[in-house]
Amino acid sequence: MASNGVNLTVRKGEIHCLLGENGAGKTTLMRILYGLYQPDEGEIILNGSPIRIPSPRAALSHHIGMVHQHFRLVPTLSVAENIVLGLDEGTGPFLNYRQTRKKISKIADEYGLEVDPQAKVWQLTVGQQQRVEILKALYREADILIMDEPTSVLTPQEVDQLFSTLRTLVDDGLTIIFITHKLDEVMEISDRVTVLRKGKAIATVVTAETNKAQLAELMVGREVVFRLEKNEVKRGEKILVVDDLHALNDRGLPALRGASFDLYGGEILGVAGVSGNGQRELAEVLTGLRHATQGRVTLEGKDMRNRSAREIADAGVAHVPTERKTMGTVPNMTIRENLILKSYRQRPFSRGMFLDNKASEENARRSMSEYEIMAPSIDTAVKVLSGGNIQRVVLARELSGNPRLIIAAHPTYGLDVGATEQVRQILLRQRGRGAGILLISEDLEEIMTMSDRILVLFQGQVMGVIDAEGAQIEKIGLMMAGTKEEET
Amino acid sequence: MRAPKWLEIERRPVASGRTVFIVSVSAILAALLVAAIFFAAYGVSPIYAYHLILRGALGNMHGFSETIRRMIPLLLCGVGLTIAFRALFWNIGAEGQILMGAIGASGVALFSGLPGPLLLPAMFIAGFLAGAAWGLIPAALKAKLGLNDVITTLMLNYVAMYIVLWLVHGPWKGASMRGYAYTDIFPSAAQLPLIGSTSIHWPTLLLGFIAAVVMYILVNRTRSGFEIRVVGENPEASRFAGISQLKTTLLVMFLSGGLAGFAGVGEVAGIYHRLLDPGQISMGYGYTAIIVAWLARRNPLAVIVTSFFFGILMAGGDVIKIQLRLPFQLINVFNGLIMFFLIGSELLMHYKISVRRR
Repeated sequence: MASNGVNLTVRKGEIHCLLGENGAGKTTLMRILYGLYQPDEGEIILNGSPIRIPSPRAALSHHIGMVHQHFRLVPTLSVAENIVLGLDEGTGPFLNYRQTRKKISKIADEYGLEVDPQAKVWQLTVGQQQRVEILKALYREADILIMDEPTSVLTPQEVDQLFSTLRTLVDDGLTIIFITHKLDEVMEISDRVTVLRKGKAIATVVTAETNKAQLAELMVGREVVFRLEKNEVKRGEKILVVDDLHALNDRGLPALRGASFDLYGGEILGVAGVSGNGQRELAEVLTGLRHATQGRVTLEGKDMRNRSAREIADAGVAHVPTERKTMGTVPNMTIRENLILKSYRQRPFSRGMFLDNKASEENARRSMSEYEIMAPSIDTAVKVLSGGNIQRVVLARELSGNPRLIIAAHPTYGLDVGATEQVRQILLRQRGRGAGILLISEDLEEIMTMSDRILVLFQGQVMGVIDAEGAQIEKIGLMMAGTKEEET
Repeated sequence: MRAPKWLEIERRPVASGRTVFIVSVSAILAALLVAAIFFAAYGVSPIYAYHLILRGALGNMHGFSETIRRMIPLLLCGVGLTIAFRALFWNIGAEGQILMGAIGASGVALFSGLPGPLLLPAMFIAGFLAGAAWGLIPAALKAKLGLNDVITTLMLNYVAMYIVLWLVHGPWKGASMRGYAYTDIFPSAAQLPLIGSTSIHWPTLLLGFIAAVVMYILVNRTRSGFEIRVVGENPEASRFAGISQLKTTLLVMFLSGGLAGFAGVGEVAGIYHRLLDPGQISMGYGYTAIIVAWLARRNPLAVIVTSFFFGILMAGGDVIKIQLRLPFQLINVFNGLIMFFLIGSELLMHYKISVRRR
């Protein structure tokens, strides 16, 4: 049950935030409004009269538009083509592009949504692609715009721009429903906010009359500590040296272009950057999953560049990958088996060519209690677990050998507040133990609270490394947009 | 698509063994039901036809012997295919691997000059290696060059077929066979013993049972089996865990091809005692074994049951031909329908469907 007896009233011309943890039912509710899911009970009333929304097409005919978290665009088509896709326009089978482009430009000018109608979508930045999505909705004359976590992929500057666009739209009489789990955004952009928890609407409050702490309490049902308790840890030896590292992405284009940095034991080095600026490739090169074309990677004095994933893991490098379901685990296999995914060849899990079931069972029981993995049994398939529990399985496995270096990519992405906090505590414990941690994340708040130093990647290059203590978010934002540290 | 109001459809991530069994049996029943239309179209009562098939395949010693004879190659190939399918290698080439096994065994039987007691073991080894080699070609092509395994394994079947044809028409053509495209008869030390007056060459059958057990243990209890399952279930995760896809792919195809090779040895050493027309050596066992392995849900032990079931169907095909004077190909209709319903039912296993009660 993702939505259970939710009451939501949105007034015309307001920005109404829907706030809730992952899995609280925000997206489900909005998908019902957009006609993607059907409600089992209850009704939707628009401008005083009840309506049915059996499909997105019906939603559009009621002037409800939606900008999905993951864009629904065809990369090889142009902006204009994407915008008119699925519309019945023009004469017969032909499209009138000149007229279309004119109309797009008019809307774009009006709301400051600059984008070239003739550009191909794959050429655009993520921020521009989002503008195309908004244009798509406006082109279809949407009065109500549903935005599903629109800021998750943007730089701080792009967020500012988005917010000013949204304000213009509201001034013009549109209504915006803004889905998010970020409290700062709620406070900044919304007029009113409805907090969802476990599929129920907990409360609707006027933003001006509330504060972050109250919202957070409503959201999780208990008080949350906002500052992480971070102990002083003495910086240890230099563990990892990366020098002039180059690598290509999956399309064969340069993704890392001469990245250099050091990482010490007992420190968390946060890697900030807009997604697609080489973070993924950096993690993959360091863990042996991608070939470096140039440069040096030295782990505790030993050359580790382009060693196999197994050699690197055996040398004490743990990897918490971004895709915990497609890469970090084998969803159809059991918790017990997933926990030995990397150590199955070693004693005690292997004896000769046979696997030792006793050993893997013991290991699984220990890991499940130590990492609080919630599951009916050790032989439960990983795919039925929640995201938080899957991540605990990954962490339990990766941290089991007391690794020297931990590459953690988006370790809390998509987790609820409780699981996020636990994952962060686990990483901080590793830091306290003296491990070096490379923390790659798109969540700037996470980077700023967790890291000792922050490295900013832009187009495969290091824009600079700054101390997290007293770091200014504006400065990081500029670096994420491609300004070198010394120029900020 | 929306379900009608009176139906409740719920996703279930893990299908229980019971569900798998019920769904599989339902798929078979559905296939039998649809095949009934074909019998009816020939003017034969389907119930009478099924009765005849069952009686013909199991009701007397001769029928039972025919059933087991067909089961043997299906069992060996089917077990091998479960291993390949576990690693997501789509081996459609068991047919060709059978033929290569037959060639290997025939070569040893006819030309090695080994002393009697060594002859049969040597034939099995040669057959296994020949089948395995035929399986390793597409494995290497996929792992190294990324060539599609379905296409390469399928095409190699034809290559193997023409090699057999060339051998029996050309260099290996028997001196005593005059116009026929046969090799000479194997020496008696190269002929497999049978059970009584049946055509059940028991050493091959025994080998099939052993293979099923050994492969079951391999997949579920060993390091290599763990690697096979990881590669098959999630290739990305195997890369992440440092498991070599090349080695794993080569291993599964060595075993899969080798077991099909055993089946080829059994046919020439147990039934025909010579190498002959490829269509006679195999009769499509390699293709039927795909369905056998799939119906067994890629579990080597379950292949014992499913290969027996398809043995009945194939022996029943003879009954259809002789007693009802209908084309043997009707059995292929069965096979096709069963595969069709099996694949269709895959989806069903992941949903719980029940009638809503109000």
